[in-house]
Amino acid sequence: MSFGRTFATAGRVLAQIGHDPRTIGLLLIVPSLLIGLMSWLFVDTPVFDRVGPAMLALFPFTIMFLVTSITTLRERRSGTLERLLTMPLGKADFILGYTLAFCLLAIMQAGIAVGFSIWVCGLVIEGSVWLLLAVALADAVLGTTLGLLASAFARTEFQVVQFMPVIIFPQVLLGGVFLPRDQLPDVLHAISDWLPLSHAIDALNAVAADSEDAAYVGGKLLIIAAYAIGAVILGSITLRRKTP
Amino acid sequence: MESKPDDAGGSVRSQPAIEARDLRIIRGKHEVLHGLNVSVPRGTVVGLLGPSGSGKTTLMRSIVGVQRIASGSVEVLGSPAGAAGLRRRVGYVTQSASVYDDLSVRQNLTYFRAVMGADRSEVDRVIEATDLVPLTNRLVGSLSGGEQSRVSLAAALIGSPELLVLDEPTVGLDPVLRVELWGLFRGLAEQGTSLLISSHVMDEATRCDRLLLMRDGMLLADETPEGLLAVTGAKDAEDAFLRLVEHHPRHSAGEAS
Repeated sequence: MSFGRTFATAGRVLAQIGHDPRTIGLLLIVPSLLIGLMSWLFVDTPVFDRVGPAMLALFPFTIMFLVTSITTLRERRSGTLERLLTMPLGKADFILGYTLAFCLLAIMQAGIAVGFSIWVCGLVIEGSVWLLLAVALADAVLGTTLGLLASAFARTEFQVVQFMPVIIFPQVLLGGVFLPRDQLPDVLHAISDWLPLSHAIDALNAVAADSEDAAYVGGKLLIIAAYAIGAVILGSITLRRKTP
Repeated sequence: MESKPDDAGGSVRSQPAIEARDLRIIRGKHEVLHGLNVSVPRGTVVGLLGPSGSGKTTLMRSIVGVQRIASGSVEVLGSPAGAAGLRRRVGYVTQSASVYDDLSVRQNLTYFRAVMGADRSEVDRVIEATDLVPLTNRLVGSLSGGEQSRVSLAAALIGSPELLVLDEPTVGLDPVLRVELWGLFRGLAEQGTSLLISSHVMDEATRCDRLLLMRDGMLLADETPEGLLAVTGAKDAEDAFLRLVEHHPRHSAGEAS
């Protein structure tokens, strides 16, 4: 692995996105718009304060997953990945370059979404805003790394979009947005313990209500990070120089 | 890994640039190369000719080390194909332009230069060599097909690799540009670069030092252009190919003919 090549790859991915204003809009603005829509929807009820923190996990996670998986798949399909693999580029340089580029976007996206939720939508955060930002960011990074991994198992853009309902929707359903996780049937509760998005939503709720200490949130962050790192490692393994 | 210093030694120079032995490749359920023996000498332009579907691309992919092979061996510049040390010494241009549509010509080449770890001046050198100077700041997606394939070629020239594997580099180019590119290939060969260039346009055959004729995953001939005409008694490469085909029944069910 080489830092020069990793940074060059990250810079190249960002330059590509820089030529695509619509994607920038989708990445940076859409999660905030959706959160705004939620708060408007529940304007005269206490619901937004309950589900608002979870939305900070949901929308960035989903959008980063989509954008990353499709961008990486395009690289696999356009022949540029094959060319890169005949060059002195390490597989880790490639995966980490992508991760780095999208993490930078994720930082901006999470920052905008958190700011918008608090100052425009009036989301009440009892705990540390920085901790909230950290969890939202970790979650967007998780979406990025899962997207990288998913793209390895799809042959077409059509297939990769269909990973959404498979990978994302169950995590949303069981993550505690619709029903708090401790009220889920036992089996579903056990399953939801193994889904990374559950921990992200737990952490965001804990920060918003200031119901747990920083160690609890830190533990949840570690779980999310472990999933993200696992996805990066699996992504590197599934990337093969020689293909049939 | 860096290339070994003794690679420049006299005994190694006489080794072929590419040596494939009994190369068998299976893609999906089908065997697409049936025990191919191919040798490409150094410092020459070798044309790989054959109809589409004859296995040219598969052979090239195995030479650059991205094709899984069923049996046999491929040696490139004295190392097994795909060895890490070869990645700086072999340039590969795929059939469709494998460059980024949503980057400018210069951004593309700047990135590939960084990946190759080549000198910064290489970007301008390859832009000039492929006649892309007026297009450097254009997005590749806005260029014509021929211009895009020149960008793809430029990327492969970065770092002056010792072996260039070019999959149909002249497809879709106008005749003037084709002549220019063949001039470039010839110049590279004179400087010692080995080139393997596939084409299904038989009239490009005369520009090569040697010809490999493929059909159905088998090698029909490995000759100089003159030798090919002499052996077959044909008047041009296309005719020679047709005559060879007549004498070689189609490959069937894995049996060598």
